[in-house]
Amino acid sequence: MNRKIKAIVKKTAGILFCSFVYLFLFLPIIVIVTGSFNATTTKPYITWKGFTFDWYIKLFDNTALLSSFGATITIALISTLLSTAIGTVAAVGMYKYKFRGKGLIDGLLYIPVVIPEIVLGISLLTLFSNTHIPRDMLTLILSHTTFAIPYVIFNVRARLSGYDNSIEEASMDLGANRLLTLKNITLPVLAPGIAGGALLAFTLSIDDVIVSYFTNGQVKTFPLKVMESIKSGVAPDVNALSTLILAGTVILVVFTQSDILKKIKRRK
Amino acid sequence: MKKISKHTFRSNTLPAMTTVGPVSLWLLFFVAIPLLYVLVMSFCSLDESYNVVFKFTAENYARLMDPNYIQIYTTSILVAFFTTVLCIIIGYPFSFLIARTKWKHKALLYMMVIIPFWTNSLIRIYGWRTFLGTGGWLNHMLLMLHITSEPVEFLFNKGTTVLGMVYCLFPFMVLPLYTAIEKLDSTLLEASSDLGAKGSVTFRKIILPLTMSGVFSGSIMVFIPCLGYFFVSDILGGGNSDVIGNLIERQFQSGNNWPLGAALSIILILITLLLVKIYQKLGGDMDSLGV
Repeated sequence: MNRKIKAIVKKTAGILFCSFVYLFLFLPIIVIVTGSFNATTTKPYITWKGFTFDWYIKLFDNTALLSSFGATITIALISTLLSTAIGTVAAVGMYKYKFRGKGLIDGLLYIPVVIPEIVLGISLLTLFSNTHIPRDMLTLILSHTTFAIPYVIFNVRARLSGYDNSIEEASMDLGANRLLTLKNITLPVLAPGIAGGALLAFTLSIDDVIVSYFTNGQVKTFPLKVMESIKSGVAPDVNALSTLILAGTVILVVFTQSDILKKIKRRK
Repeated sequence: MKKISKHTFRSNTLPAMTTVGPVSLWLLFFVAIPLLYVLVMSFCSLDESYNVVFKFTAENYARLMDPNYIQIYTTSILVAFFTTVLCIIIGYPFSFLIARTKWKHKALLYMMVIIPFWTNSLIRIYGWRTFLGTGGWLNHMLLMLHITSEPVEFLFNKGTTVLGMVYCLFPFMVLPLYTAIEKLDSTLLEASSDLGAKGSVTFRKIILPLTMSGVFSGSIMVFIPCLGYFFVSDILGGGNSDVIGNLIERQFQSGNNWPLGAALSIILILITLLLVKIYQKLGGDMDSLGV
């Protein structure tokens, strides 16, 4: 009996503790979502003045904000495409072939992952300024691709560690050339790793603040737009756009849920 | 025994070059060369009109010893230290509970750690400011409940900076811990308790040593970014708890002293290298840093 009570107390304490952690994680999001429905029109837009949908309508008049969102998505899509293509073939090549300088490439790959983002940001700024590449959409795409490549490679590499080379040999023995083998054998096996890497590249890109802060020019991404507005108070239409983005991503999560479930299971 | 098929007789140079070539060039141009630029720039001087000139000087490094700067390094390291410790203290039991629960919607618990991450981090940090500010939610509640008679300033100190850092970096601690804890073999824990070990002994002798790798990689993933996250200390610290990142940011923006900023960045790189070396000495695997 005593033991039973002890177990119940332990369980309740655990649930309470986890609830507090989740509350901590979601508290700012509750603030953002609430803020998007706030009828206040005076800076810094904190005092509650009643419920309204106005900000969601006004959002579509704020062309600067909308174009920053467009830029964010464009940059994320292009840099995801680039980093996924480069990263996937690199992971396959590094797994299959021995060559000189492999250790060096491996070492360079860890740099964007471990050094503070600010160092990556200022080093790219120094590069662009010294080579007179004007800071624009292009420099943002190049920068985002740079920090995404290692994550794609690690994801694909994790998939390769259980890869059986003999199925490729079988394909080639049966007369398929390298390209055909890549398309019909290698890529399908690696697909989950590639998808995971691409998703990570995309998320890293849309959320990036620090590297973009140093490598942007005329084109501003959504996070940079938020940064500009912070001094005067973030307007509720920014909250509205963030809420919409959050809703979009939650739908995406639900959509890819089965994939994530599989990933968690595989880790065991 | 691996049979050598006829295909391996072909030269591997071409496929190796086409697959690894692009990434090598990319890393050379956008990682190696930029870092070399930073290194060179850290020894450059400024002319009268604040342009960078390639005249060798060690003055930038000498300026790093400025007492004001040393104070910022100390603050920065303290903030990073407390952030890491808090992430471990909260993150370990939390990861343990969600990784070993028998609830059927376990995957949901894991996903709920990631979802907040998908809202822009700047705006979430700003959300904390809205919550904690003098006109914010918390003060409203306290006033309404008559706990305080006038608004309390919670913001703009080292504590709120640490709070923001913990908030931003918490998942980086949880994910490696979750992986390590989930891998734990339950039969080992059963064997330990069958042999008469108390819960605390099982934890110390079995659970902790087997999950230490997660603690180490989580700590690296939390401590290092903390030194550079200037926007957190900007928004929540209000200039009272600047980290090394703020110092660098200022040199490249308003301060316009790129060589000094470069020298400061070299310090950050050295700290990173040192910590990664310690991590590897402790048996840490570089691949588990990629999340």
